[in-house]
Amino acid sequence: MNCLAFVPTKNGQATKAGLEAVSYATQCGASVTALMVGELNGDGGAGAAGASKVLHMAEALQDEGQIARVVAAAAESEGATLVVAPHDHVGRAVAPRVAVRLGAGMVPGVTGLIDGASVKRNVFSGKAMAHVRMDTDTTVVTTTPNAFGVASDGAAASVEAFHAEAGEARLSVTGFESSSEDGSVPLPEAVRVVSAGRGLKGPENWGIVEELAQAMQATTACSRPVSDMGWRPHHEHVGQTGITIRPDLYIAAGISGAIQHLAGVNQSKVIVAINTDPEAPFFKAADYGIVGDAFEVLPKLTAAIKDLG
Amino acid sequence: MTMKFLVCISKAPDTTSRIAFTEGDTQFDANGVQFIVNPYDEWYALVRALELKEQHGGTVTTITVGEADCDPVIRKALAIGADDAVRIDAQPQDALHTASLIANHAKQGGYDVVLCGKETIDHNGSVVGGMLAEMLDAAYISLATSLDLEGGTAKAKREASGGLETVEASLPVVVSSAKGMAEQRIPNMRGIMAARTKPLQVVAPEGGTQGTSVAKFELPPAKGDCKMVSADDPSELVRLLREEAKVL
Repeated sequence: MNCLAFVPTKNGQATKAGLEAVSYATQCGASVTALMVGELNGDGGAGAAGASKVLHMAEALQDEGQIARVVAAAAESEGATLVVAPHDHVGRAVAPRVAVRLGAGMVPGVTGLIDGASVKRNVFSGKAMAHVRMDTDTTVVTTTPNAFGVASDGAAASVEAFHAEAGEARLSVTGFESSSEDGSVPLPEAVRVVSAGRGLKGPENWGIVEELAQAMQATTACSRPVSDMGWRPHHEHVGQTGITIRPDLYIAAGISGAIQHLAGVNQSKVIVAINTDPEAPFFKAADYGIVGDAFEVLPKLTAAIKDLG
Repeated sequence: MTMKFLVCISKAPDTTSRIAFTEGDTQFDANGVQFIVNPYDEWYALVRALELKEQHGGTVTTITVGEADCDPVIRKALAIGADDAVRIDAQPQDALHTASLIANHAKQGGYDVVLCGKETIDHNGSVVGGMLAEMLDAAYISLATSLDLEGGTAKAKREASGGLETVEASLPVVVSSAKGMAEQRIPNMRGIMAARTKPLQVVAPEGGTQGTSVAKFELPPAKGDCKMVSADDPSELVRLLREEAKVL
């Protein structure tokens, strides 16, 4: 099976989510060609992750409609029956267009390897899984970020220049507002997340949350009421109607664990709940729990992590 | 200039619904389930379309692929303020099917701005908007957190790695709507009364290609018990996270 992986880049290197897509396709038994657009250093890391070849379109493109044309053209020239991309902000804009161009069915946000003609993904906001049959000759699959590892033992891939007609640009990027001035990993990509809710009583008390996050190289998040009250910015709101995350470790302090919140975090690998109320619903969804006051527990936890060195 | 807005509306099971399956785990068990307007469609896409209509003039039409059991959620969207509604009378099969039915209808409509929620809370696909943009040969702003119109240009912010990108796109444009676009509007009694007589046009499906199908659904394995750690000894939690869960 030939696979074309669309791998987004940042500063000439493949993104982690992009490399996850490459390794995913390799694990599914495909021979993988990675397509990268714009600035690229060497093979961008795609070879180590499992790609045997890199197609490089040097022209920087911002409009995902144009990128999709290039991806579809590359998939056709490689005879790919599988197209993979990460289910992140770039892949979500590119992959559906590629599917239409190729007349392909699409399975978004998969969480399991392709098994025969079907593949598993989460549905109902993480409350169930679906085994989705791929009914077309070519299929487009996007991989859930942080659901698959990145291989690192492949040989460097050969890089070939690639060009396809990208058409006219209808969208341009005119600016960027960073939400992680402190250099923390953006929430959708974060491996560890420390989150807090109304139990923190006010925005002025977030220092203890930030200190814990810093001690364990985690990203901070919050519950919906907290972002609605303006204690924390919108982009930190995890849960239904906010963003969905899938870190290895999610620590929630002073959040009761309403079903809407759990829908955004229930795919975390390990959940820790800290709450003064032993009846808080979060304890039913958590792997570890502490009944206690966040104001006392969080600083102690920070100290204990710092003790690890 | 007056604008024509099209808002894609899905019905979705209420967040608190019990999720279960029937017919050998191939169908969602809708028994006793309360359906709502998919929150991203309602709170963000529809309300922002209404705000932009109030600013620029024009019409807001909703479009839904589904059978008659969708009518209550469509009436809710009309009560919130949409002018009229279209329902394509077909059971949606997958994203490609839904998008192609909507595109085949929307092609004749001359819409300037097509909005949808960033995903539905049942399928969680985030796919229909991008497919629609390709089918309608339109620009696509994915995961938008704000949207404004200036002349023939859409100006938006959208989620990007580590922040928000500011983008500009030519019309027509398809926009997938995320948190930040607008605030929820609760329909008032006048809206609810008016919605009863607003036009809800039911049209036969035209074309419609399917690319995937669900072989079966599965519920996640039951969560094990939560292991409690004393509040006086958070270092024990750190030990468990490191040695047992292996996440530190």
